[in-house]
This record gives sequence, C-alpha cells and structure tokens, in this order.
Amino acid sequence: MLSVQVQEKIERELRKYPADQRQSAVMSALRFVQDEKGWIESSDMADVANYLGMAQMAVYEVATFYHMYNLKPMGKHTLTVCTNLSCQLCGAEEVLGYIKDKLGIGIGEVTADGKFGLREAECMGACVEAPLLSVNNKRLCFRLTPAKVDQILAELGGQP
Amino acid sequence: MANIEIDGKQIEVENGCTVIEAARRAGVYIPHFCYHKKLSIAANCRMCLVQIEKAPKPMPACATTVAEGMKVYTASEMAVKAQKGVMEFLLINHPLDCPICDQGGECELQDQAVGYGSSASRFHEEKRVVLHKDIGPLVSAEEMSRCINCTRCVRFGQEIAGQMELGQAFRGEHAEIMTFVNGSVNSELSGNMIDICPVGALTSKPFRYTARSWELSRRRSVSPHDSLGSNLAVQVRNNRVMRVLPIENEDINECWLSDKDRFSYEGLNSNERLTRPMLKQDGKWQEVEWQTALEFVANGLRQIKDGAGAEQIGALATPHSTLEELYLLQKLLRGIGSHNVDFRLRQSDFSADGKQAGTHPHPNLPPEGEGATVSSDGGEPRQFLPWLGMSVADLGKADRLLIIGSFLRKDHPLLAQRIRQAVKKGAQVSVIHSTDDDLLMNVAHKNIVAPNAMADALAQVAQDVAAKNNAGISGSLLSGERVVVLLGNFAQQHPQAAQLQSLAQQIAAATNGKFGFLGEAANSVGAYLAHALPGTQGMNAATMLSSPRKAYILLNAEPELDCANPQQAMAAMQAADLVVAISAYKHHAVDYADVLLPSAPFSETSGTFVSTEGRVQSFKGAVKPQGEARPAWKILRVLGNLLNVSGFDQDNSEAVRDAALASVNIVEKLNNILNENVGRAMPDAVGEAHPTKTGGFQRIAEVPIYSADAVVRRAAALQKTRDAAVPRAAMHSAELEKLGVQPGAQVKLSQGQCCVYLYADADDRLPKGAVRVAAGHAATADLGAMFGTITVERA
Amino acid sequence: MSLGSGPVIYTTLDFDQPWTLENYLKVGGYQALRMVLTEKIPPEHIIAEVKTSALRGRGGAGFPTGLKWSFMPRNYQGDKYIVCNTDEGEPGTCKDWDILRYNPHALIEGMAIAAYTMAVKTGYNYVHGEIFEAYERMEAACEEARAAGYLGKDILGTDFEFDLHNHLGYGAYVCGEETALLESIEGKKGQPRYKPPFPASFGLYGKPTTINNTETFSSIPYIIREGGQKFLELGRPNSGGTKLFSVSGHVNNPGNFELPMGTPFRKLLELAGGVRNGHKLKAVIPGGSSMPVLPGEIMMEVDMDYDSIQKAGSYLGSGAVIVMDETVCMVRALERLSYFYYEESCGQCTPCREGTGWLYRIVHRIEHGNGKPEDLDLLLELCDNIAGRTICALGDAAAWPVQGMLKHYRNEFEYHIEHKKCMV
Ligand SMILES: Cc1cc2nc3c(=O)[nH]c(=O)nc-3n(C[C@H](O)[C@H](O)[C@H](O)COP(=O)(O)O)c2cc1C
Ligand code: SF4
Ligand code: FES
Repeated sequence: MLSVQVQEKIERELRKYPADQRQSAVMSALRFVQDEKGWIESSDMADVANYLGMAQMAVYEVATFYHMYNLKPMGKHTLTVCTNLSCQLCGAEEVLGYIKDKLGIGIGEVTADGKFGLREAECMGACVEAPLLSVNNKRLCFRLTPAKVDQILAELGGQP
Repeated sequence: MANIEIDGKQIEVENGCTVIEAARRAGVYIPHFCYHKKLSIAANCRMCLVQIEKAPKPMPACATTVAEGMKVYTASEMAVKAQKGVMEFLLINHPLDCPICDQGGECELQDQAVGYGSSASRFHEEKRVVLHKDIGPLVSAEEMSRCINCTRCVRFGQEIAGQMELGQAFRGEHAEIMTFVNGSVNSELSGNMIDICPVGALTSKPFRYTARSWELSRRRSVSPHDSLGSNLAVQVRNNRVMRVLPIENEDINECWLSDKDRFSYEGLNSNERLTRPMLKQDGKWQEVEWQTALEFVANGLRQIKDGAGAEQIGALATPHSTLEELYLLQKLLRGIGSHNVDFRLRQSDFSADGKQAGTHPHPNLPPEGEGATVSSDGGEPRQFLPWLGMSVADLGKADRLLIIGSFLRKDHPLLAQRIRQAVKKGAQVSVIHSTDDDLLMNVAHKNIVAPNAMADALAQVAQDVAAKNNAGISGSLLSGERVVVLLGNFAQQHPQAAQLQSLAQQIAAATNGKFGFLGEAANSVGAYLAHALPGTQGMNAATMLSSPRKAYILLNAEPELDCANPQQAMAAMQAADLVVAISAYKHHAVDYADVLLPSAPFSETSGTFVSTEGRVQSFKGAVKPQGEARPAWKILRVLGNLLNVSGFDQDNSEAVRDAALASVNIVEKLNNILNENVGRAMPDAVGEAHPTKTGGFQRIAEVPIYSADAVVRRAAALQKTRDAAVPRAAMHSAELEKLGVQPGAQVKLSQGQCCVYLYADADDRLPKGAVRVAAGHAATADLGAMFGTITVERA
Repeated sequence: MSLGSGPVIYTTLDFDQPWTLENYLKVGGYQALRMVLTEKIPPEHIIAEVKTSALRGRGGAGFPTGLKWSFMPRNYQGDKYIVCNTDEGEPGTCKDWDILRYNPHALIEGMAIAAYTMAVKTGYNYVHGEIFEAYERMEAACEEARAAGYLGKDILGTDFEFDLHNHLGYGAYVCGEETALLESIEGKKGQPRYKPPFPASFGLYGKPTTINNTETFSSIPYIIREGGQKFLELGRPNSGGTKLFSVSGHVNNPGNFELPMGTPFRKLLELAGGVRNGHKLKAVIPGGSSMPVLPGEIMMEVDMDYDSIQKAGSYLGSGAVIVMDETVCMVRALERLSYFYYEESCGQCTPCREGTGWLYRIVHRIEHGNGKPEDLDLLLELCDNIAGRTICALGDAAAWPVQGMLKHYRNEFEYHIEHKKCMV
C-alpha cells in the first residue's frame, strides 16, 4: 500500500494533468516512493499501477527506462557521480576512484552499514560546475575534490 | 486517390495509404519486421527503408504515406544499402543458429537475411544474451536472445488483446520484452503473439521442437469450439495433428485465433481417446467389434421401443457436433418414432419455442419438419432460428451496443476483440449482466444485477428507450446510428431467456437496431438447421432429464458437464436402462453407459458447421480417425440401416449435408423474432432477491472457457492456464463477512442432495445475494442447476 | 555566473536573489505580457515580431521559432498545449539550468506570451531530473506568479487564462527529444515518436502542441518588449539575439555566458579565463557533445553563430562549448561520448539500439589497445548506417562525434591501434 503521505503527494501532482490522464503522474509517484524508502520494489510498482489505473507492465517500463530510479536498495544516501565528458575532463574519474576507495564499494554497491550507495550517471546538466555528484537525486555538489568529498561524507554522517 | 510509381509500376491508391501497403498492392515486396497491418505503426525496425524521390534520406515505407506523384524505389542503391545496413544491425546480436531454432523454416528474419544479409559478419564483439522467461503454458519465451525488439507482441497485447501483459522494459541495448515480475501472459488471445513474432523468440510451447514446419502438411478446417467459425489450418505429420494455425479470413477471424482454437488440438491426441467400441457385459467393459456394438444398440433401442414405447428414447447432442451428425441423429430418432432430441443442453427456458413472428404451429408437418412452423398466410414453414442477427463484419461496424448476459471475452474471444476495435473507433458498449468482468474495453454504461433481476433491468431499458430517455444505457442506444443488441450465453441459458429475448427485441426495435444471439457453440445455428430439436411432439433437453427416459443416446455430450442441471442429468443417466454414448473420449459415461461408440472429432471427419452469422462452412478430415473411431455420421447411418429407417443411404458427408440443407434458404430461415411477449415470471427455484438469511444464494454460473467442450477439456496446455484453474466461489465481501468466511477460505456449497467444497473469493463487483460458481467443471459437476438457489456455508 | 547581467535572459544576476518576482519586475519583467494582454496585440503581430527577431530554437536544431508558432492551428477546438524543454542533458550544456535557477520568471513570461499567441491554456515545463533544486525553484516561481496573477485565470485582469506546470524527468537524455518528452509527460517511457505527424497536429495527449527550449521561450519577453528588430540587431542576420554559452572543460573559469550571436570564440574563451593551467588549446566541441569536434586552431578563427560554425564544419547546437587542452586523448574522449549514446539510446529503432553499442565497443577496444586497422573504416561505415536511418536524431548525434573525431584526429586513433597506447 502506498503511504498516506505518498498518496497526498501524488494527488498534488495529479492536479497538474487532465483528469483522464492519471498516468502522467507515474514518474512522480515512483519518485515519491523512492524518496520515502530509498528504492522501488515491484510491489510498489503494482501499487502505483493500481492507484493510477495503469497496467503494471506500463509502470515497470517506466521504472526501468529512467535511470534515476533505484530498483534495488541503494543505501540511505545514494551518491551519483557524473562521469560524462565535461566532468571527465575535470577529473571525475579520479574523484570517483577516491569515493570508491573511501567507501570501499564499487558502482552499484552499498556500504556494509547501509549508509551509502554509489551510482554513476550520465550528464546531469550542470557541466560548468564539473566534476559533480548528486545526493539522493536531490542535491548537487560541485567542483569536487578529495577534500570536498570528505566534507560531504562527513556531513552525511559517514566516516570523517 | 493518389497516383504513385513504385519501382516503375504505376498504381493508384487512396490518400493516407502507406507506401508499404501500396507496394504490396502493386506486387512489390518491401522487407519489414515491425509493421503489421493490424497493429499501430511503430517504424522501429527500419527494415522497410526505401528511396523516395526528392527525399534526402531513405524513408520507412511502413510509416510514409503516399502523395500524388510520389516515386518510390525499393531496390535502388540507396534503398538496398539502407536495408542491408539494418539487416547487419539486426543480426549482430541475433544467434546465428537457425538450424537449431524452432522458428527455422518459417522465420521472417531468416528469409530476409538470405536476401539482405552479407555472408561474413563484421561484428567481432560479444553477443548480447537475453535471459529466457517463463510466461505461462502456451507461449514460450525461452529464447529471448532471438528477439529483435520489433514490439509487435507488445502492441498486439495493448491494441488487440486489450491488455498490456508484455512490455519492453529497460532501454537501449538492454531493452527486453518481458512480463511484470515473472508474471504470465493470461490473455485468451495470447497465441497470436507466436504468429506475429517474426523470429523465434516467442514460440508455441506445446508445439516447440515437435516438428519442422516443412515436414507438416496443412489442411483447411473450421473451429469446432465457439460460434465464430474461425478458419483453421490444421497441420499434420504422420497422421497426427501437430498444431493449428489461423487461416486469414477478414470477415471471420481476420488473421487471429483464440487460444482455445489454437491449442485445443492437444485434446485430439489425448490418451482419454476412445478408440475401440466397448460394451458393458456383466458390469465389465469389453472391447468389441463395431458390428457387435451397433447390433447391441439397435436391439436395445428396438426392445425399448417395442416394450415401453419410442417416447422412452431420448437423444442429447452437443452443438459442437457437425450438421451431418445432428441431422442423422434427429432423423434416426424420428425414424424410430421419438421426437425427443435436443442439443440445447444448457438451456433452461424453452417457452419461446414455436412463437415466431408471423407463424403458428402447423398441424401436420412431415417428420423432419417437427418443431417448425409455417407462416399464418400458409407459406413456408418458418423455424425459430436464433443467430447473430447480422454478419460478423457488420457487428464490427456497430456504434452502440448493448450486451446482455454474456461472459463476452471468454465465451467469444474474437467477437470481443472485434467489439474492442469498434469501441476504439468510438462505439459505445453498455452491459447488463450478473458479473462485472473486465472486458478490456471502455464500457460506457453497465448494470450489474443478480440473475433474478436481469429481466427487470432489461425491462427498464426497454421502457427508457420507448420513452426516449436520454440518460444511461437508453441514452447511449438512442444516440446511435448502428445499434446492436446482443444476448450472450448467460442470457440464453437464463430461466427467463424468452423474456430477455423479447425485451431485447423491443429495445432493438425502438432504437432502429439489430438484435441477435451470440451463439453458444460452433454449430448452434447448424443444429437448428438440422432440426435437432423436439418440435411440438417431443421433449426438450430439460424435460427429457426431468422426466427420465429409459434410453438415451448421447452424441458428444458429457451430461455432468454439458447440461443445465448436472445432478438431474446424472440421475437420469444412472436410472436409464440403456445409455449409448457416441463420443471421441472415454468419459464419465463408463460409470453409467452400456455401450461406448468411438467417434471421430472434427479433425478426423468431414462435416459442416454453421456459424453464428449463418455462414455454412464444410471441412474435410485432416487425419484418419484414431484406432477404430469412426465419423459419427457414419455410425448413425449404420444404426439407421440396422433399424430399417429410410433415408440412411448417404455415401459421404456431403450427401448428408445436402439432404439436411436441401431446399433450405438459410438466409430466410435465420429468424430471431418472436411474435408475442413470451415473458414468464422467474421460476421459484431461482429464489428470492435477498436470500442470505437462509444461506441461500442465487447461483451465477459461467462455463469456463477451457471447459466448454469435450476437446478443450482435454487440451493439456490450456488446462494449465489461469482460465482453467479450479473454480472458486466468488461473492461480495459483505456476503462473505455475513457468513463469517475469509476470502481464500473454503466454503461448502450445496444444491439438492449434493455439496462441493470450493475456496471463496471476494469480488465486490458481484451483486449481493449471489455467488458465482462455474459449471462445466469436474469440481462443480455434483451441483444442480446453473441458475437457482445454492446454499453457501462455512466449511 | 561569470559575466554579470545579460541584456535578454540573464537579466537579474546582479541581485542577491535573482530569482524573485520582485527583482524580475525591477528589470522590466512582465511588461511584455502586460502589453500584449492589455493592448490585445493580435497573435499574428506577435508571430511577425518573433519572425523579425530571427530567433531560432535554442534546443539545438535552430528551427525558426516564429515559423514554428505559425504551425499551431489557432482555431482548433479543444485543448492545445505548449511545452518547454528544460531537459538539458546534452553533455556540456547547462544554460537552461541557470535560467530556472536565476531567472525563472523570464521563462514564465515567455511561455505566457506564447500561450496567448497560440491560444493555449495549459503549459508544461519538462525539467531534467538531476537538477531537482532548480525544479523546486521553478515550482516556487510558478506559485509566486500564480499568486501575483501572472498565471491562472484572468491574468492581469484580462480574460486570458494560462497555467504552467512543471514535470520532472528522471534520468533519460532522450527525453530532450521533443516527442520522447511528450511521451514522458504522458507517463510513458521516453521513446521518440515517428514524425509526421508533428506535434503541431498530434502532440501532448494527441493534441496540437508547440515545444520550445527554455532559452527560446525566455527570449520572448525581450523581443516583445524591445521589438524583434532590436533583438535581431544584437546578433547577426539569421542568428538574431544573444546566445547562452556553457563553457566547460579545460578552462580556468567555466560558466554560462550570455553573449551576442557572432561573438568570436576567442573572446568567449577569454571570458572563460582561457585554457586551464596555461595549457595549449587542442580541440573544442562547439555545440554540445553531439556536434562534431573542431581543432583549436580552427575554433580560434570562428565566430559563435549558426552560419560561422557550420562553415567550419560543425554546428552551434545547444551552444555548449567543451574545451579540451593538449593533454586530452581523443580516443578516450570519444570512448566516453560513445558510451553516452550507447547508454542513452532508447532502444526503439534498430540502427541506434544496435549501432551505438557496436560503435562504443569498437572505440573501447581501440582505447584499450585491442584495435584493428580496419576498425576505423568500419566505424565510419557504421556511422553512415546509423545517421539518417533512425526515428529520432539521437542516432545522428551518436554518429557525428565519431565522424568529427576521425576527420580531425584519425592519426591518434591509428597510433592507438598500432602502438596499443596513447599518443599524448
Ligand atoms: C536526442 C535529442 C536530445 C535533445 N535534447 C534537447 C534538450 O535537452 N533540450 C532542448 O531544448 N532540446 C533538445 N533536443 C531538441 C528538441 O527535440 C527540440 O528540437 C527542441 O526542444 C525544440 O525547441 P527549440 O525549437 O526552441 O529549439 C534534443 C533532440 C534530440 C534528438
Ligand atoms: S534513434 Fe535511438 S533514441 Fe532515437 S528513437 Fe531510435 S533508438 Fe530511440
Ligand atoms: S516495417 Fe517499417 S520500420 Fe519496421
């Protein structure tokens, strides 16, 4: 079952679209689920399908098409590092390497304590601030250096 | 219209026509994979790229519409380079092991690779592997690495089947066709995905690796199941039916088949087949020679006739029997002096018999004419002959439909599909029924009521349309130009069937519409034409069982599954002195019959079915009868001879058909119209509206799609589908609560002296006071009437 | 932000909180809308003005905006939509991000004028999923505008009605393609539609729809307020107005710059602080990652407008300038770009789904010392078999970088193949 909070948020999104186009809210519905529990299970997709009156498979198509959805647990804080060209030119791979070492995990993995998950992303549309990462798809952190990474991790309650 | 040129050929086509279709008409083949004439245009495979004069790039012929003066080159350097480029891309990740692929020999990719592929691959990277999937017992998705992502199967689901069970998940190179979380494909039309898959990704699970396409010979046939009369290609090897495919017929099944039509063939090869005549002697079954068996039957019938009278003999046939079989059956009965013959085994209201428009019972009809009537002006006899009331093609053109008492999708999968397409084009469907199953189409209005309230619900609509009430169902019907009112199986089996019929007739008249019956079985119309009915002097199916006869001839019938009241039917069988079962299967009759005569199913005999639209379709046997089995018409003919009945000298089934249809003008015969209001009150047995105090509910009984006839009941793969699951007792959750039963718990259901135990389901779309318990299934065969009260208790 | 206020779009940057309505009003915000509504300027006049301005779509394709607007069936009965494309995901591009962050009301005003012009009541702004904070700011700006009567019913006391909603993407570059974007708003996966029919006749929910880039819409208030001619004169004939350039990569001072069309690249580079660490300029991708790369020497002589860059062998595209210094291995750079298109292909049409992966794998092999001499011609042939054969332009976008790289840096690739290592 979708939580009351998620349902309320979906209702607010639904107001953006024509009444007979409930499916339009599917992307935000999935996002709300992910915001609440960190990832999206198939039962959540079924719930969303039910709520919006869509085929379950249509929800699944959406959830697997857009890469910011976590289809498995990705830790309390999912760090997503952009490695596209502008970021690469500015040292994204080194930064990513630093984060991997620091957290002791690879791409697509979660730290043992469940605090951090690591993902790699394509262009985030903020190239002039390269290299950069996003925290839980909500906050972008710019012009990363090892020191900056340390600071972000500390802020999020990781190892100093 | 536009004049265009394709590879130098001039052709005139209508505006809006696609280049690929125009080319087809000009006899020019353009290679393609994703394009399918019945599906929306995806233009994703890019195989159909052609050169079009003045266009700088090659254009997809499937998605490009013609324009006046357009010049198309399908084999120019630009076109061929584009096609070869696409073919190369399609093949890089496709396994190149055609010799071991099930699709080998009938693969569109294989065919076109020969024409457009190059011999050596330039692709030296690792090939993609796509995991196999289990999507149910019918369609195999074992080899999804072969998928070329044309999405025909996905579009088929969304657009034709009406439900999106398959989708394309993930993206880019990782795109995969799959179901939601390892779910199965449950559509009753799923097998068509096998046909439209251009490669060996989706194949037939039952057929897979049993034969190569080129080893099969192909015989034309007609579906023996529902009343649409789908055209079949029965494919045969070594005198065995290996699979069934559709033969395209735009007016009937288009290019589709229902899963029932496609996969039932497994039942033909069932090990329950009866292959030798058998006699019960001293309580034990013996295999005997035909001669012995038939003489036994002839003697037995003669003795009963001479002793108790011919009216002690009754014959029950299913409407899945051929016209020839039904004709000879009734002729045999009448020949020995009994008029007790009927095929309407699940019908419970016969009050419309003999009440057709402009006709009255004729006092001295010839024997075959029994049950027929003549018009009051003394003209030709006119039989009551319920049919669709229009052609199937016209049904597809309706703009307003009222569907009364029909499990539409399961009883008529492809008619439902046609109506679905009409709805997509703007038609409005309204429903009056006792269940609210998802029709997978927009339903404009519906009224879901208990069985005993059906007539009132319909009367209300009749009143409303008469009063030009612009709301609800009435409003919808009144706003239409091509109104169609249809009575489904449930309405025809209903205890007030005649009343529902005359109300439907009124509604159609008031809306300038057409009115018809969705025939129950392959030969429901043919059985009328064959006069397999009692007429005024005989007993109908229900009476024959409620006033038990001493002898019964069963033609393809399994009374506990095929009759309106199995309990009563079985009691009659058990009590009879002689039961002759003509059947392709060794069925329950071994318990009560005295002789079993092995007959040939549709694939092993020639015969004729007359579809619900009145289309007469004859077919030939595809294989020789198994073992000693014989076409039932031959069995009946010999019986006729042994009993010295005249007119049993036909040498072939065509002669029987011609005798049956001699001087019959079918178009004139098809007649739905009643001349008087034949309404009757709901019989007491159906119970009160709110019987819950006593634990008594109104029964709502459908015949599950894969239980409807003898062949499909024995089709192994179909019996593994969700539609073939053991029936459950579904009721409104409020009723379950009152009974103190949790959904999923067992309940005890009783009718008469017998009870069965089923699991309960909550379904709040069901009317209160009713319980849905399927008939036609072994698990419920001990119960009584399909309509009427049934007691539900906690188990 | 490096350049201070621009004349057309980045007009509020001097304020502490450039995004507020209050500050937008201070720089003449909503004057154009007010004028249009109160003077009931006929839509044809607005379209004529936009045509005069020579405003071309800033999303990458450069289609003349006035002409596009004229395709909308004005008298169509029933719903119509305008849609803004802020799905900025083309590597190197992040100019629209700064519009949402710093001047969201310019976009709202631009869209309101467009809505008036095309008789549309509802608009959507599709925002790239990764820039969530900008999405939230845009949502807030819409609230603010609604409260102040610039959105909603009876706008500015007239009977004009228009509302604008934001739709957040969630990680799919292809949704920048306008029909994929529409599918995405409809709640489907973002697979581009085959065109025709074009959105102007069959767009969002099957209704007539006009889609423009964020920068395109945000240029409208200026054009209406100051006149199309004035906008045109900011830039060059056929390339009117200013352009937002995102300069990223090896420069000392990366950032978004609003400059007149036709500004010499040399000047843009200077504004961006010149090449990092005093290195030598090697190559520039002048219009977002999909556009062919040009060697530094060529770029230093090029002006930043549609025609000049095209003459030099590339395209202005989205105006994203990716600067690469002498330390960059072009094989590695192409490997990264090819991976991007492989990763972002929607998977719908064969040449793109199969071809992008093949391209990437070949380049990957070359980069990792497993290249073969015949690979380079194969790459070019595959590009020919992808470009122009796909449903949307992502196929072209995947091919052009390969073609550009091999045109100017083939020797580096050959070196890689022969020596199994890098030249630089
Ligand atoms: C793969 C692909 C990605 C695109 N991405 C964007 C984008 O991020 N932003 C954008 O405005 N246009 C993008 N476009 C262009 C749009 O399809 C469309 O042309 C544009 O939004 C129209 O607006 P304009 O005329 O104002 O430029 C993209 C096109 C393609 C083929
Ligand atoms: S070119 Fe690529 S992204 Fe565009 S439709 Fe085809 S597969 Fe999808
Ligand atoms: S048949 Fe035309 S693109 Fe597939």
